[in-house]
Amino acid sequence: MSQSVQASVHIHRDDVGARIGMWLFLFTELILFGGLFIVYAVYRFTYSNEFALAAKELDTFLGMVNTLVLLTSSLTMAMSITAIQKQNKNLAMLLIGLTIALALTFMVNKYFEWGAKFSHGIYPGGNELINKTNGEILYFGLYYVMTGLHGLHVIIGVIILSVMLYFIRTDHITKDSFVKLENSGLYWHLVDIIWIFLFPLFYLIH
Amino acid sequence: MSTHVLEHNEPDYLQVKSKHKGIFAWILSTDHKRIGILYLITMGIFFSVAVLLGFLMRMELISPGKTIMDPQTYNSLFTLHGVIMIFLFIIPGLPAVFGNFFLPILIGAKDVAFPRINLLSWWLFLIGGLLAVISIFLPGGPVDTGWTFYIPYSIRTTTNVIPALFAAFVLGFSSILTGINFVTTVHRLRAPGMKWFKMPLFVWSLYATGWVQVLATPIVGITLLLVIIERTLGVGIFDPALGGDPILFQHLFWIYSHPAVYIMILPAMGIISEVIPVFARRTIFGYKFIAFSSLAIALFGSLVWAHHMFTVGMSDTAMWIFSLLTFLVAIPSAIKVFNWVATLYKGSIELEPAMLFALAFIFHFTIGGFTGIMQATLALNIHIHDTSFIVAHFHYVMFGGTGFGIFAAAHYWFPKMFGKIFNRQAAKAAWLLIVLGFNTLYFPLFIAGYLGMPRRYYDYLPEFHIYHFISTVGSWILILGLLIMLINFFVALKRGRKADANPWGGETLEWKIQSPPILENFHEIPVVETDPYDYSKYEIDRKESK
Amino acid sequence: MSHHNENKTHVIGYGTYALVWLALVSFTGITVAVAGIDIGNFTIVVALLIASIKSILVLTIFMHLRFEDKVFRMFVFIAFLTLAIFIGLTFFDYSFIR
Repeated sequence: MSQSVQASVHIHRDDVGARIGMWLFLFTELILFGGLFIVYAVYRFTYSNEFALAAKELDTFLGMVNTLVLLTSSLTMAMSITAIQKQNKNLAMLLIGLTIALALTFMVNKYFEWGAKFSHGIYPGGNELINKTNGEILYFGLYYVMTGLHGLHVIIGVIILSVMLYFIRTDHITKDSFVKLENSGLYWHLVDIIWIFLFPLFYLIH
Repeated sequence: MSTHVLEHNEPDYLQVKSKHKGIFAWILSTDHKRIGILYLITMGIFFSVAVLLGFLMRMELISPGKTIMDPQTYNSLFTLHGVIMIFLFIIPGLPAVFGNFFLPILIGAKDVAFPRINLLSWWLFLIGGLLAVISIFLPGGPVDTGWTFYIPYSIRTTTNVIPALFAAFVLGFSSILTGINFVTTVHRLRAPGMKWFKMPLFVWSLYATGWVQVLATPIVGITLLLVIIERTLGVGIFDPALGGDPILFQHLFWIYSHPAVYIMILPAMGIISEVIPVFARRTIFGYKFIAFSSLAIALFGSLVWAHHMFTVGMSDTAMWIFSLLTFLVAIPSAIKVFNWVATLYKGSIELEPAMLFALAFIFHFTIGGFTGIMQATLALNIHIHDTSFIVAHFHYVMFGGTGFGIFAAAHYWFPKMFGKIFNRQAAKAAWLLIVLGFNTLYFPLFIAGYLGMPRRYYDYLPEFHIYHFISTVGSWILILGLLIMLINFFVALKRGRKADANPWGGETLEWKIQSPPILENFHEIPVVETDPYDYSKYEIDRKESK
Repeated sequence: MSHHNENKTHVIGYGTYALVWLALVSFTGITVAVAGIDIGNFTIVVALLIASIKSILVLTIFMHLRFEDKVFRMFVFIAFLTLAIFIGLTFFDYSFIR
């Protein structure tokens, strides 16, 4: 037969459960971008020469700078958790602030990159792109969709991190309760990982 | 046997006071049981609409030529029938209604891991459903691409593709959140003693389903998003005129949509595994095999998608590999059928309504499964692809399978959810009509398809008339049975007799609490020591009576 | 099931993070340099290999996978395996004669 134990009345906090849920959500993001990587793989396989040709239009140096910017933002993000664990509230806030600043730097670079392309007529339906081969059209279609979706996730990350900044300031995130910050960090690192793959696939085809 | 557990005077979850007033006490509730009921109500409405669309389609097909509608309307009708049935009924179906209501109870928990996300899931479901309905009425007209939205037609058609796709995207998000919730709940909230291999099999099926929801749904999410982007921005990815590959769309679409059918069937199989032991008074045969086969089906089911594409011109290598993998996925499914039948052997069978629907499930699923193997055979597939053979096959598994699983679950758990019992005779009469109607409706379509009747065709040659006629008559019998079943439930809700806490003699945790359950399900979290489906005391009786 | 002892107290030092960052930056430099060398079809293999190493560093250290319960690592493996299967099986269609 079964006995019983007293149930607790409160909703008991479960940080491990919260992290499991976050990882599962990250898997959905991985597969979401994964679908785009499948499209990329198929079209690059089919149009390998045109992809190499089209890639020449991209500025490798700017791409590398953006990669370094995001890698550094991951560093500051990770460090902010150590800071909170060491009860260094000001340092944690500074590091989150730096992460946000780096994210915005990334977006500014992106803005200039895209802007340069637009002014040269290289965008879906643009007069320069229309005259290119199908393979090149697909390359740029994928470029805009993938970096665009990634950029959208960067913006969402900025919003999330701003909220975390507020939570740290108002002591909703503390040394004893910081799973929200951890989960935000997990999200941010995934955004970084996606770019780690985007960079060579679009900028380093030679 | 059952014990009355009403020592405390706590109100049940239907009566309990909330900080919200009126309808907000329901639509803002984070109680998994209320959320399950919310899904039940909204899903019931969508289901009824889709049944009506099916009824109208069959009316059109009762004789060749125009009967009651023009071809464009017919195309929109079968598109909507598919979209609503698949995205608003069968996929969410068992997890959202019965999974939400019973998963925490079955593992001895007070709620799911993320109750507020659970509520968000329902709101997304509602919004997605409303978007789909709105897309019917916007200028441009209802979508006519079929629920599969194949390019290039979905890029070219002037109907409301974008709102419909966006609705599907939102619904996908709802499904993903449910999957995340359930997987986490099973990992973290099991009661003391509820080890993995002491969990009820319905829980195993929800766990496996949750993984498929998490890992497969995003693919269709991005694919549908790409179609929207193609229609609005013309990037070329899915436009053949700019180099886009229609076959690539099909790969991406089916990478989700095939696992989606396992999202549909796995929980239904879980229900059968719950119902059969209770009404055969025997512990389930091969518990571990059934548990592992759920995981195996989830895994292998993700490897077979291109069997929907055997006629499009794939490489021979891909063709035989996908054909082989499809044959393999039949194995864990068959294992389950063998185990259910073995459970019945020398059992003490009680033909209550839930059991009748479970037995019918086994019959229909076997037919659906065999015809699936036929379709997986490359040489045969060339002839029967895109015929009504396929239509019959998937209705046998989705409706005769999952649909009947839903009906079985409804009859099994109605007394627990509402504390009332329905009229058993009416339920059995409804069952008979539903089974007769269902088979009359769909079996002729196997024959017609084999003889060449194409699917999604508004008109047809006279030689197919007899099959369509019989089929349409079957639809009327079916709908009559469905109506009797639904009315039976409504009457029971209004003035049904009060139900015992355990009217069927079940051994899983939900039967040890009151009907309807209190807000937190358990007065005290149980410590689990026995296996589920422990009918050993009946074994002793059987042995002694020899 | 008691989860009371699971709240993480493991703290990763700033220095460790900085070292990982240094490795990531170095790998970035390597991958750009390699891209300039003509090794034909191997370019993409090398690029993806380096990207994978960088990702593993981010996953294990920045995202704490190294210090989490084993079940997390199993989950991540399943997710990447799933994606690999999707890509691989799709290529059974594209990389053979149609």
